[in-house]
Amino acid sequence: MITILFSNVLIVGGIAFLSALMLYFISKKFSIKENPVLDKIEKSLPGANCGACGKAGCKNFALACIVSSREEFENLYCPVGGAETMQKVAKILGFKAPKKEPQVAVLKCNGTCDNAPIKLQFDKIISCRLANQISVGQTECPNGCLRLGDCVKVCKFGALKINEKTLIPEVDESKCTACGACARICPRGLFEIRAKGEGGKRVYVACNNKQKGALARKNCKAACIGCMKCAKICSQIQIKDNLSYIPSDVSAEKYGEELVKNCPTGAIILKNAQSKKEHS
Amino acid sequence: MTKTFSLGGIFPKKYKITSEIPSKDAGLPEYVYIPVKQHIGTPAKILVNKGDKVKVGTLLADADGVISADVHSSVSGEVIRIDETEAASGYFENMITIKVQGDEAEDYIDLSQTLCKEIPETPQEIIDKIRKAGVVGMGGAGYPTPIKDTIPQDKKIDILIINGIECEPWLTSDDRLMVEKAEEIVIGAKILNKLFGIQNAIIAIDENKLKAIDIISNITKRYVGVNVRVCKTKYPQGGEKQLISAITGREVPSGKLPMDIGCLVQNVGTVFAVYEAVMKNKPLYERYVTVSGDMCKTPQTFKVRIGTPISFLIDQCGGYDEKTAQIILGGPMMGNSIIHTQAPITKTSSGVLLLSNELSKRPTPTDCIRCGKCVDSCPMGLRPYLIGIYTRNNLLEELKSIHAQDCIECGCCAYICPARIPLLDFCKLAKIELKNKQGK
Ligand code: SF4
Ligand code: SF4
Ligand code: SF4
Repeated sequence: MITILFSNVLIVGGIAFLSALMLYFISKKFSIKENPVLDKIEKSLPGANCGACGKAGCKNFALACIVSSREEFENLYCPVGGAETMQKVAKILGFKAPKKEPQVAVLKCNGTCDNAPIKLQFDKIISCRLANQISVGQTECPNGCLRLGDCVKVCKFGALKINEKTLIPEVDESKCTACGACARICPRGLFEIRAKGEGGKRVYVACNNKQKGALARKNCKAACIGCMKCAKICSQIQIKDNLSYIPSDVSAEKYGEELVKNCPTGAIILKNAQSKKEHS
Repeated sequence: MTKTFSLGGIFPKKYKITSEIPSKDAGLPEYVYIPVKQHIGTPAKILVNKGDKVKVGTLLADADGVISADVHSSVSGEVIRIDETEAASGYFENMITIKVQGDEAEDYIDLSQTLCKEIPETPQEIIDKIRKAGVVGMGGAGYPTPIKDTIPQDKKIDILIINGIECEPWLTSDDRLMVEKAEEIVIGAKILNKLFGIQNAIIAIDENKLKAIDIISNITKRYVGVNVRVCKTKYPQGGEKQLISAITGREVPSGKLPMDIGCLVQNVGTVFAVYEAVMKNKPLYERYVTVSGDMCKTPQTFKVRIGTPISFLIDQCGGYDEKTAQIILGGPMMGNSIIHTQAPITKTSSGVLLLSNELSKRPTPTDCIRCGKCVDSCPMGLRPYLIGIYTRNNLLEELKSIHAQDCIECGCCAYICPARIPLLDFCKLAKIELKNKQGK
């Protein structure tokens, strides 16, 4: 009895040992060598796999960095990791880091519940993208925020949330990495990825309404009516389709306050106005 | 034996309260708003200017390209505005506003009620007349009819199905049309038969429309090549693919058109419009619209001029009060909410429903209980619960692999789901996303 048991243990143990040996040699023989540089680059990336760089995940971005020439590398940029990360990657490759201004998402709509009251209530519609297809939305502004938060759901960094008072999304500057996911998902194209500006100070038009003035004002008090007042202050400002656009190179320091003061509807927003002055 | 489709389907409550009430002429509103795009495809090119005097039947806008349709004036009066005007969805669309003065028709239209049976000789003549009348598919999407009719050379139509199924609850506009204009519809079917060189038109009617079945089957005895088939009352029996399956037993393969398997489906309203276009030279400028719903005081089916504001019809039915929670254009299963009642009736609007909170409120969803009822109910054989999960996680490849794009948006799954999950919303969103991705 004992001998049978013993021999069984021996046979099974022997087979296991042989298989282990075989596995060991095979794995040695057919092993794939990881590129150590690739590994290193990948480790210095944020690992968010968000696709903001335009590549499918961080690994692919690392690959693109390796195969790129010096010039091509200039065009690669990981907005999430920012300048710091790119510096690291550049160092590994022995290139110069591309220079890019820090960016942030801004919401081109100021249709808060005070400015644009709800006229017809949605009943549990699941998504902005669906609502956009079937109707103008609760405020009846055909270009404004639908308030159903597709952008909030898509943001991987928790930088967006629907403000309970205003009912529209709010960008948390410290968390936003300018990856652009919100800009891609919003059916009304309300997010713009823009330069953060000096000291975070930036001025922009928080409206996307392309209707004529009177119509735009009917649904929202803070709508841009295309009155040209801002364009007179700074010649870089363009007005197209009854809607003003302030390019990001218009200095917020120089023009910001004047623009806000002169806009009759309050469509122009100056962010972080107090960053330089202590009190306003 | 009544026929029906094999997969899925549901039996919603009918609410066909207007089916016995004869239709009424809605009369003339003060202004009509006529959209230049009431069909799928390119908008028509506007031919009139502000200040122009028009008559009933005057061509307002000309079809632009192959997939487009002519638009005619439905009233006589003066063009006072050509601009963006609010449509039922609340979005702005290009419309021609006409101030109604009198009721004078163009000379070429035959307004008499006499029945004409002399079908024109050549198919080309028929096509020209249909095209000139701006006929579009009146059942749903509004596909311009001439393209449905001019079939590519290599495709052979052997059966023409005329869709007299009105499976949406409440609506009775097709029902009334069949009862009141039975012979005209049968002649319309003969015209289309001639156009395709076939002798095989089937008028499909669901079994609860006893009167229509009775009248039309009596008439078809006198006409060769037009027959009536009775179908089971089941939703969505009126869906193109479901109807083909019920009548012929053929299946339209995914991504293919009915004409690929030799079938063509036309709505009864369209066939009636074809009759009027070919025999009476009358462009498509009026249609049957049911105004109903549990908050509607006097429900009624109307004969309405295209462009009439929806509010004009609602007022004739006793208006609405604050208890009305939702107003829907179309049927309760597939229609959409109206944002502006000032918006016009178009060639494709079949009904206006005023619903109370009890009927329109969407319940709070709970978690899926894995009952599989949605799968059983789907007439396309899809897995709606999976479409829901994949859409929520934005898994487009997976959505494609389970054929989410084949969904006909019938809403059976959302209707049946005991967990009240808005499955139809997810299906629609899935289709939007898949289309967007294709566009890129
Ligand atoms: S910003 Fe766009 S995505 Fe976000 S809630 Fe508004 S409409 Fe929806
Ligand atoms: S809505 Fe789409 S998924 Fe749902 S039952 Fe109808 S066809 Fe099937
Ligand atoms: S019917 Fe609703 S609860 Fe049942 S399996 Fe489908 S989604 Fe889940």
